[in-house]
Amino acid sequence: MTAGPWKMESQRSYFGKALIELGRRNPNVVVVGTDTTESIKTIDFGKSFPDRFFQLGIAEPNMISVAAGLAAAGKIAFAATYSVFGSAHTYNVIRQNVAYTNLNVKIFCSHAGLTVGPDGATHQMNEDIALMRGIPRMTVLVPADGPETAKCVDAAAAMKGPVYCRFSRTNVPTITSPEDDFAIGRARVMRDGSDVTLIGCGLMVARCLEAADSLKRAGIKARVINLSTVKPLDTATIDRAARETGGIVTAEEHTVVHGIGAAVASAIAANHPAPIAMVGVQDVFGESGEAEELLRKYGLTAEMIVDGAHDVMKRRDRK
Amino acid sequence: MVDVSEELIASLKQKAVTLRKHIIRMTHNAQSGHPGGSMSAADIVTALYFHVLRVDPKNPTWPDRDRFVLSKGHACPVWYAALAERGFFPVEELLTFRKLNSRLQGHPELGTTPGVENAAGAEGQGLSFSVGLALAARMDHKPWRVYCILGDGEQDVGQTWEAAMASSKYGLDNLTAFIDRNGIQQEGRTEDIMPLEPLAEKWEAFNWHVLTIDGHDFRQILAAIEEAHRTKGRPTAVISRTVKGKGVSFMENKIKYHGAATSDDELKLALAELEAQEAAI
Repeated sequence: MTAGPWKMESQRSYFGKALIELGRRNPNVVVVGTDTTESIKTIDFGKSFPDRFFQLGIAEPNMISVAAGLAAAGKIAFAATYSVFGSAHTYNVIRQNVAYTNLNVKIFCSHAGLTVGPDGATHQMNEDIALMRGIPRMTVLVPADGPETAKCVDAAAAMKGPVYCRFSRTNVPTITSPEDDFAIGRARVMRDGSDVTLIGCGLMVARCLEAADSLKRAGIKARVINLSTVKPLDTATIDRAARETGGIVTAEEHTVVHGIGAAVASAIAANHPAPIAMVGVQDVFGESGEAEELLRKYGLTAEMIVDGAHDVMKRRDRK
Repeated sequence: MVDVSEELIASLKQKAVTLRKHIIRMTHNAQSGHPGGSMSAADIVTALYFHVLRVDPKNPTWPDRDRFVLSKGHACPVWYAALAERGFFPVEELLTFRKLNSRLQGHPELGTTPGVENAAGAEGQGLSFSVGLALAARMDHKPWRVYCILGDGEQDVGQTWEAAMASSKYGLDNLTAFIDRNGIQQEGRTEDIMPLEPLAEKWEAFNWHVLTIDGHDFRQILAAIEEAHRTKGRPTAVISRTVKGKGVSFMENKIKYHGAATSDDELKLALAELEAQEAAI
């Protein structure tokens, strides 16, 4: 992947390490997995705390309900696997046993989006944000990079109730630092600007920063927002951006149907209607290919974000 | 066979009739709900709530209580009736079942109804939930036990067998599953919809300790629970042969009463039959 000036790092590694550190601090934390534990790095938690780790085989619905039972008995249960298995195959189990019950189940899923790569469309989960943000009581997190993934682990454990957090299989640019503030429900302005706003989540935040650099060279000052919490949505920050810049581009490694673009559009439509362009997967399935090739083919690039910015500014100025 | 007194059996029989009367009234009042599968499970639920479970109605979330999980959530009228009779909430509240603003939802909701331990309605999730509870008890070295009632229709659900495998993998001898084998699901006989037999052999093949009992015989129910307690290293499945709609002659073994309430006339007949049984005990 193109990285700009950034170091490329694994969100899974940050996840695995954060989980162990959390486990050391809090004996109430347990982890369940489904034959993907080595890949997703929860196996290391299992080695450190064998009594608090449960390998449940290829049985994701069971994994979610077992996590719910553990949580009902007072545990903080992390259920982790690939996002297609953890969010889609399990949807009604999450709905009934985790969200309706409002239990402390934290579903952390890697392998989200197109950048799963050669495994192809069956494994490229581009609909999980849509599924999860539609469930009442669910908190939905999309960390931009490794350090944020670690912060999501701690923040999810610290809050009461269900959480869904998705991240990438591929290494992603590290654009935040461990010292940066992070809070669930707060979108972070990464760069200020008054001409247009670029709102991204996950690995697309780095591409928003690249797009902002490119727009800057053309004399356009773009604000960049890292939307690491999709739900509850930070409507104050989004409204302010709509009001102050008058045009928004969203960027997500996810379908534009019910993703962050749709969430942002609903929010600004209520308060400060402004032109919006959505960069994302355009209601299609992916295919096999390398991560970077797929992002290019499906239009998830800094160039597309720049084009979107010009488009919304044109539409805004036509008014 | 466990040595239990005639008095105990008589009092459990009385209580079971009381629960069945509540089930008939609740579903009639709501003109919806699932009386058939509630009545088939009524004796097992009675044995658990009025003789076995260590629970505290004044402190429903007491951490060391035994856990009762109703996987076949549509049978919640029998659960609500037992909880009310056990003092978790007023008996009068039973008639709010399925009404707006009631604590007694059409299917169980965790956190709303005192004493309810799980959410169910979509079938096949309760045994997995019970596995999580049983693992937690063992992890914390707690003596409390988990009892789960599954429907036989639920044996169709793949997740039930995922949970069965996980239970035996972890040797959960603090978990007992009752399978309410009434032979009828929503659209017909289980053996026509999706044949389950040989069911006991299936559970045995999943490395459970398996017992088959008459699910309306209190001595057999209590003996099965005793045997489950004595069984180490394996969970116990109690295949409980039951009659859907048990206790009201015109409802017994009728597919219709899986999900249909009684009419006004049927209500009178049903209550008269149950009162006659009560008087005969």
